[in-house]
Amino acid sequence: MADPLIGRNYTPLDHVAKVTGRARYAEDFRADGMLFCKLLLSPMPHARVRGIDTSAAEAMAGVRAIITADDLPDLEGAERALTMEPFYAGEPIVAVAAIDEVTAAAAVEAIELDLEPLPFVVNALDSLRPGGPTARTQGNVWGPPNPPGQAGPVPVQTLTWTAEDFASAADGQLPTGQHAEEWSYGDLDAGFAGAALVLDETFVVQSTGHHPMETRSAMAYWQNGKLYLHGSTQSVQRTVDGIARWVGIEPADVVLICEFTGGGFGSKGGGAVSMAIPAVLSRKANAPVMMRISREEESYIGRARTNMTGRAKIGFEKSGRITALDLYIVQDSGAYGPMGDFRSGGNAASLIYQPPAMRLRAVNVITNTPPRSQQRSPGPMQANGIIEPVMTKAAVRLGVDQVEIRRINSPEGKALYGAPLPDGSRRHITSAFIKEGLDRGSEMFNWAGRKARAGQRRGTKVRGVGVAVGPHGAGSIGFDGLMTIRPDGMLYVQSGVGNLGTHSMQDLARVAADVLDMPWEKVQVIWGDTSKGLPYSCLSVGSQTTHAMSRANHAGAMDARRKLKEVAAQDLGGAATDYEIGGERVYRRGAPGRGMSYAQAARRAIELGGAFDGHELPADIHAVTKAAASGLIGLGLMGVAKDTYPRDGDTYSFVIGFAEVEVDVETGKVTLVDYLGVGDVGTVINPRSLLAQINGGSCLGIAHALCQKLAYDPQYGLSLARRFHHSKPLTILDIPSRLQSVALDIADPETPVGARGVGEPPVGAGYGAVLNAIASAVGVDVFRRAPVTSDLILMSLEHGRRMHEPLQSHL
Amino acid sequence: MEPETDLKRAISRRTFIKGVIAAGAVASSSAYLFRGGGSLLGQVSAPGSVERLITLSVNGQARRVDVMKQETLATTLRYKLGLTGTKLGCDRAECGACTVLIDDVPHYACSVLTHTVRGRRVTTIEGLAGVDGTLHPVQQAVVDEQGFQCAFCLPGFVMAAVGFFKVNPDPTRDQLAHGISGNLCRCQDYDKILTSLMRGAEYLRRA
Repeated sequence: MADPLIGRNYTPLDHVAKVTGRARYAEDFRADGMLFCKLLLSPMPHARVRGIDTSAAEAMAGVRAIITADDLPDLEGAERALTMEPFYAGEPIVAVAAIDEVTAAAAVEAIELDLEPLPFVVNALDSLRPGGPTARTQGNVWGPPNPPGQAGPVPVQTLTWTAEDFASAADGQLPTGQHAEEWSYGDLDAGFAGAALVLDETFVVQSTGHHPMETRSAMAYWQNGKLYLHGSTQSVQRTVDGIARWVGIEPADVVLICEFTGGGFGSKGGGAVSMAIPAVLSRKANAPVMMRISREEESYIGRARTNMTGRAKIGFEKSGRITALDLYIVQDSGAYGPMGDFRSGGNAASLIYQPPAMRLRAVNVITNTPPRSQQRSPGPMQANGIIEPVMTKAAVRLGVDQVEIRRINSPEGKALYGAPLPDGSRRHITSAFIKEGLDRGSEMFNWAGRKARAGQRRGTKVRGVGVAVGPHGAGSIGFDGLMTIRPDGMLYVQSGVGNLGTHSMQDLARVAADVLDMPWEKVQVIWGDTSKGLPYSCLSVGSQTTHAMSRANHAGAMDARRKLKEVAAQDLGGAATDYEIGGERVYRRGAPGRGMSYAQAARRAIELGGAFDGHELPADIHAVTKAAASGLIGLGLMGVAKDTYPRDGDTYSFVIGFAEVEVDVETGKVTLVDYLGVGDVGTVINPRSLLAQINGGSCLGIAHALCQKLAYDPQYGLSLARRFHHSKPLTILDIPSRLQSVALDIADPETPVGARGVGEPPVGAGYGAVLNAIASAVGVDVFRRAPVTSDLILMSLEHGRRMHEPLQSHL
Repeated sequence: MEPETDLKRAISRRTFIKGVIAAGAVASSSAYLFRGGGSLLGQVSAPGSVERLITLSVNGQARRVDVMKQETLATTLRYKLGLTGTKLGCDRAECGACTVLIDDVPHYACSVLTHTVRGRRVTTIEGLAGVDGTLHPVQQAVVDEQGFQCAFCLPGFVMAAVGFFKVNPDPTRDQLAHGISGNLCRCQDYDKILTSLMRGAEYLRRA
C-alpha cells in the first residue's frame, strides 16, 4: 500500500482557481437579460403592514416585477423571505426587479408603505419586567419544544417576572424569576452545603453578527420548469429542500449551484430564506434576477449569535473540584426562532466541568432584533463566557492553579453529560483527552513562566494569563457515500457538502482514496451542483462534516473495494476474499500478476451491470442518494453505502486555549500577546487546514472577548451596528502576528477514521482564555460582560469597583 | 499611450453615443448600485456631462467600456469587463475585498470612480498571472502555503500585498501585517495569510 493521504498536507484542488480570481461565488454569475433586485426594508422594529401601493413603482420604465409576502408560500408562522408583519427593523417587505439596480432602488423609493407601529422590545430583560413590552402580539417567550412526535410550531407564550423578582436580586445579579425550561440531576443542595466555596456571578454574553465576507447574494433563473439558483450556502445537497419549501415547489425542481462559499459561520447552514426572493421574482418577471445583498442588508438579514445574560452559582471543594452547578440563562433569540443555544450551552457546561449535580433553567426570549442562527459554537461559547469568570475567581480564592482547576474538573473517556433522559440515565461522549491537552499546552505555552509574571505591573502595563476549554459537538452518523471508479482509471467522489474554506470537501475524498489505495492525482471530486448526483450528506454545520462524511466515504469506498474483488473473482477465479488491492490494481493474494487494473475492473463492472455499476442499489441508502446514483448508472464501478458503523456515545471535540494579554491600565487597551490552541479533535486528516481551523476559530472567540458586538437603540429599536466599522470584527492587527496551534492527533475510538470535527470548539477556548487572561491582569471582579472594552476596564479601575453591572445597558 | 488616442476617438463619436448623462442626474449616494446599459435609452446629454465611452488600461489591455459618471471601478470591473475576481465585501471602503492596483498602488476599487483611472494602469487579480498561466510569485506562495480559507477576501489581500511589496520587498511579519491591515478576513485565517504572503515576498525577491 502507498503511504496514506490522511495526515498529510496537500494543495487543495480549487486553490489555483481561488488565487487567480476564477473561483466564482454567487454574485459572479451572469445570465442574458439578467435583472437586478432591490429590497424595501422595514423602517420600524415591529409593525403591521396595512397597505402597500406599488402603482407608481410599477409604472416606472425598467421595472419588471414586484413581489410581497403574498407571492410566497405560507410557512406556518416560520420566517419567510418577505413579511407583512415585520418583527425587526430591516426585515424585507417588498422586492423589486428592474433592468438595473438604480432603477430598482428608485422603484423601492416610489413604493407607498402604510405601517401600523406595534410595541417592540430590543432587550430581553426589558421584556421580562412587569408590564414590559412583548416582541409579538402573542407573547414574548418561546415555549418548551413540542414532545417527540408532535409536529407543528413551538408556541409563543407570555412570561413576565414580578417587581419582587427584580428587587430581590442583589446589585449586578440576574433576577431568577419564573423560567420556561428546566432540567437537573444530582443533589444540588447537598452539593452547595458541602462546598468549601460557593460563588454566584452574573455575566452578559453579547450578540455578534456572523458577517461572512460574502453576503447572501443570489441569482436565479428558470428553465423548463426548474429553478436554477446560484447561491451561497454551507451545505449544498441539504439546501435543496429549504429552497423548495421557501419558494413553494418540489425539491426535484431545484438545481442549486454553489461551488464556492465565501464563509458562513453558521449563518448559511442550510442556505438562506432570502434565496426565495430572486427565485420568485425571476418566475414573475420571466427573466434571470440577481439579488445583491449589501453589507448593511446583511447586518439585518444575515443572522447573529444569540446573546445571553447568565447566572452561575457554583460550589467548590478546597481542591477546586466542583460540587454543584446551578445555571440560569436568559437567552435573546431575536425576532425568529426558537433557538436552542442555551440547551447546547448547558450540555457543554455539564460536560467540560463534570459537576456531580447540576440544574439548568432558562427563558428563551423573543426580541425585535435581527434573527439569530447558530454561530460557530452556538451555546458552548456563550456558556464559557458565563462560567469561566467564576472558575477563574474560584481558583484565585482557593489558591488553585488555573490550569489545575480545569484539569481536576475535566472529563475523561466516555464521560457523562447533559440533561437526564426520561429513564434517569444520561448520555455519554465517545472520548475526551482534555487532561492530555492541558498538560501539552501548559508545557508548550510555558504556563509556569508566564503565570509568574502575571499581575505584575511594569510602567502602565500589566500582564495576565488565561486558559479555557472549548467544547462542541463534533460529529453525526448515518449519511451516504457515493463514488465511481471509471474506465479511465480515475476515482470520482461525489460530495454533497459545502465548500466554505475548510477543505473538508476534499479531505473526505482523500479518505475514500486511502481505502482504495488511489493516488491523489487520480481522484476527482464532484461537488457544488445538485444536478451532478450528490449523495445524502450532513449539513455542514456543528463541526460534523469531517466526522460524518469520513464515515460515509469510508463506507462507500469499502463497498467499491468489495466490488473490485468480486469483479476480479468472477473473471479470474477463486473467491473475492482471495483478492487484494494495491497500485490501482486488484489481484490474487500472493500472485500480483493475476489481476486486473482498476480501469479494467471498471469496464467489467459496466459489462456485469447489477450492483456493480449502480443498476441495483442498497436498500438502506437515502432517497436522495438513490436519485443521485441513478444518474451515474453504467459510468463505472460504483461504491455506494450508508454509514452503519457503530458508535458508542456522542461525538464531541475540545480545544484548549492559552492566552497572555497585556493591559495598559492608563488607557484600558488590551493587547493579546500570545495565544496557543491545543486540539483534542481526533485523528488529523489535513494538518494545515486543521490548525487553521483552530487559529481561525480561536480568533472568533478572541474577537468576542476584545471587540465585536451588536447594539440596538432602545428608544427606536434600530440597529447601531450596520457596518463592519460599527460591529468591530477582528482585524489582523488585533492579534499577534503569529498564533500557535497544535493537535493531539489521538484517534477517536468510535469512528473508523478516528477523526472528529474541529471548527467550533476553538471559539469558546479563545473567548474564555482571553477573558480569563484579562481578569488575571486587572482583577477577577473588574468586568462581567463582553467584549471587555477599554472603557469597562478604565471605569472600574478608576472607581475601584465594577462600573458596568450586568443589568445596565452598555452601548 | 493607447488610452489617449481612444479617448479622442470617443469624443469625436459623441453624436453616436446617446448615453451622455447629466451631472447629478443620479444621487451620488447610489453610486455603489449597478446601473446597466439598458438605461441609456432616453437620456439626453446636458451641460457638464461626462463622456461615457472610454478606454481603460486593465491588466495590460486597452478596454473600451461604457461608464457612467458616478460608476465605481469595482462595478466597471465586475459588471462591464467580466473581471469578477475583484470582490465586493462591504458597502464602502471597510473590508478591502475589492483592492486593485492603480499604477502599482493598492486602492479600494469600490471607492474609486472609474473616470478617474483613465490613462492609469489598473491591475486586478486576473492580471497577476502570466499569459501562459504561470502564477505570480505571490499567487504561487499562497497555493504552496495554502493561505486563506473561503478565499472571498483573497484577491484583495493578494493585491494589497503585491502593492506593498513594491515599496517594501523584504518586510518583517509585523510590517506586512500593517501593510495589509486594510483588508478583513472573516475566517480570520490571518496567521496563515501572513505565512503565505511572507513566502510570496521571498519568491518575489528570488524571481
